[in-house]
Amino acid sequence: MHPLAEKIQATFPEGFLEAVEWRGDLAVIVKREHLHAMGRFLYDDPAMAFDYIVHVSSVDWPDDPERFEVVYEFYSIRNRHRIRVKTRVPEHDCVVDSLMDIWKGADFMEREVFDMMGIRFRNHRDLRRILMPDDYPEGYPLRKDFPVQGKGWRDTFEFLNEGTI
Amino acid sequence: MASLEDQRSTIYKVDPEHPETESLPTLRTEELLLNMGPQHPSTHGVLKVILELEGERIVKSTPVLGFLHRGVEKLAEDGTYQQFIPHTDRLDYVCAMYNNYAYCRAVEKLMDMAIPERAEYLRTIVAEVQRIIGHLFWLGTQALDIGAMTVFFYTFRDREILLDWFDELCGARLTTSWYRIGGVERDFTPSLEAKIRQFLDYFPPKIDEYVVFLEKNRIWLARTRGVAVITAEDALSFGLSGPTLRGSGVDYDLRKYESYGAYPKCEFSVPVGKNGDTYDRYWIRVEEMRESIKIVQQCMDQMPKEGAILADVPSVTLPPKDRVFTNLESMIQQFKLFSQGFDAPAGEVYCGTEAHKGELGFYIVSTGGGKPYRLKIRAPSFIHMGAFDEMARGYMIADAVTIFGTYDIVMGECDR
Repeated sequence: MHPLAEKIQATFPEGFLEAVEWRGDLAVIVKREHLHAMGRFLYDDPAMAFDYIVHVSSVDWPDDPERFEVVYEFYSIRNRHRIRVKTRVPEHDCVVDSLMDIWKGADFMEREVFDMMGIRFRNHRDLRRILMPDDYPEGYPLRKDFPVQGKGWRDTFEFLNEGTI
Repeated sequence: MASLEDQRSTIYKVDPEHPETESLPTLRTEELLLNMGPQHPSTHGVLKVILELEGERIVKSTPVLGFLHRGVEKLAEDGTYQQFIPHTDRLDYVCAMYNNYAYCRAVEKLMDMAIPERAEYLRTIVAEVQRIIGHLFWLGTQALDIGAMTVFFYTFRDREILLDWFDELCGARLTTSWYRIGGVERDFTPSLEAKIRQFLDYFPPKIDEYVVFLEKNRIWLARTRGVAVITAEDALSFGLSGPTLRGSGVDYDLRKYESYGAYPKCEFSVPVGKNGDTYDRYWIRVEEMRESIKIVQQCMDQMPKEGAILADVPSVTLPPKDRVFTNLESMIQQFKLFSQGFDAPAGEVYCGTEAHKGELGFYIVSTGGGKPYRLKIRAPSFIHMGAFDEMARGYMIADAVTIFGTYDIVMGECDR
């Protein structure tokens, strides 16, 4: 196992689930209850020192019991290593702790995940839609049960000057 | 109706015990909300920012994004890997080549492909030319936004030379789609090589020309020095990248530290600023243009004269165009690749590329088959907007324009 993953496992024996290394990327899968404490550890520990947040993303797996996956990716400028932290969220309790108090950039990135996938972030200060309109009624566009063509909201728009051309 | 005198006397109430305060009226002050954009010319597209003002100072700002949201990530799930390349042109539409490059690199990482040497050089040369175009565009428009108009004409004149060169290379000036998964679409012609060599001689003195226009302009200096300062710690915490991060003194450039393409074979330096203000970010971009010239020069000299420009992996890469029309098997290969896509292994990769705005990354989740299961774009413009409130607080309304400029923001990429 990768030394970083070993260290995380030693520090969080209960929260750590699995580490995957593929194509040179290290991904650590953790329990969502421990995500915030682990984020704090990744930021503070000098051997980790993940001071740079790369992106926050989400994946929808409709057939799994824990449907959504939240993906964080961090980089350490000091130690020059990368890590991906993933956690699973069930649909009926679709909430995970926000990391915006550790990495400020998580603010916008988590808002985008909320907007696109409908995952809520506990303790996020300003959890609103960011790319879609605030009154968007059709749900969350990046979920797999959302059709690519949309659900027909746009068809209800009135045409201007219809028939005059 | 009360006369003007009466109105004045009600506002300027004179306290009989302190007649000396007569000329000091009690003025009511309150915060003002100002909508900047989405139709403001300096917002580079359709960006709206709600500014809370105290006088002319910004107390708080709330960016409102999404006016240009087209659901590119959703569209990616519906098409094959090859079909997504033209979509990447429309992300950062002034620098399409680098988007193509970043996307193709991510897919190549997923497929674990090796790229022929000549193709790597071609890719690096074009990527650096695109970086020069991006910085020229930025230099002109940023100065234009804050009132220094002259330099705009000069940078756009030189940008035009390179755009014509792109036109000759791939038939398009802006939406290029020249990169392919595993290589590039077509090779340089002798005429293209001659033109780029000519440009390498022509361009460096021009950079000094732009610098004179700006650094002798006192107003421009006053509007960039010490404006929109962000500390290195904050910049990292916000996930800023590219010149916006390096301006604060953080040495983070993926071309150096996670080197790719032909960059490891080139010698170049990464300019890093000190003060984290708009001027330092400007200086970094100007120096990067000089470094880009060096990189292109070295690549042109080192590049193998002949060789494949596309990896020979028939299950993934496209057949040469001339064979598609004359050879049945190539026709079938082309048809299958475009209708079904290639069979990607199940897994997930993240691949970041140093575009001229910052780290442009693609996170691809594959479950096998010809289409990505999930594709996430790490767009630097979007992430930079997250730091807008922090950087604008305490500055004047007019400085908001400087901050849009200093990010080099393009809304097509920000909203995706």
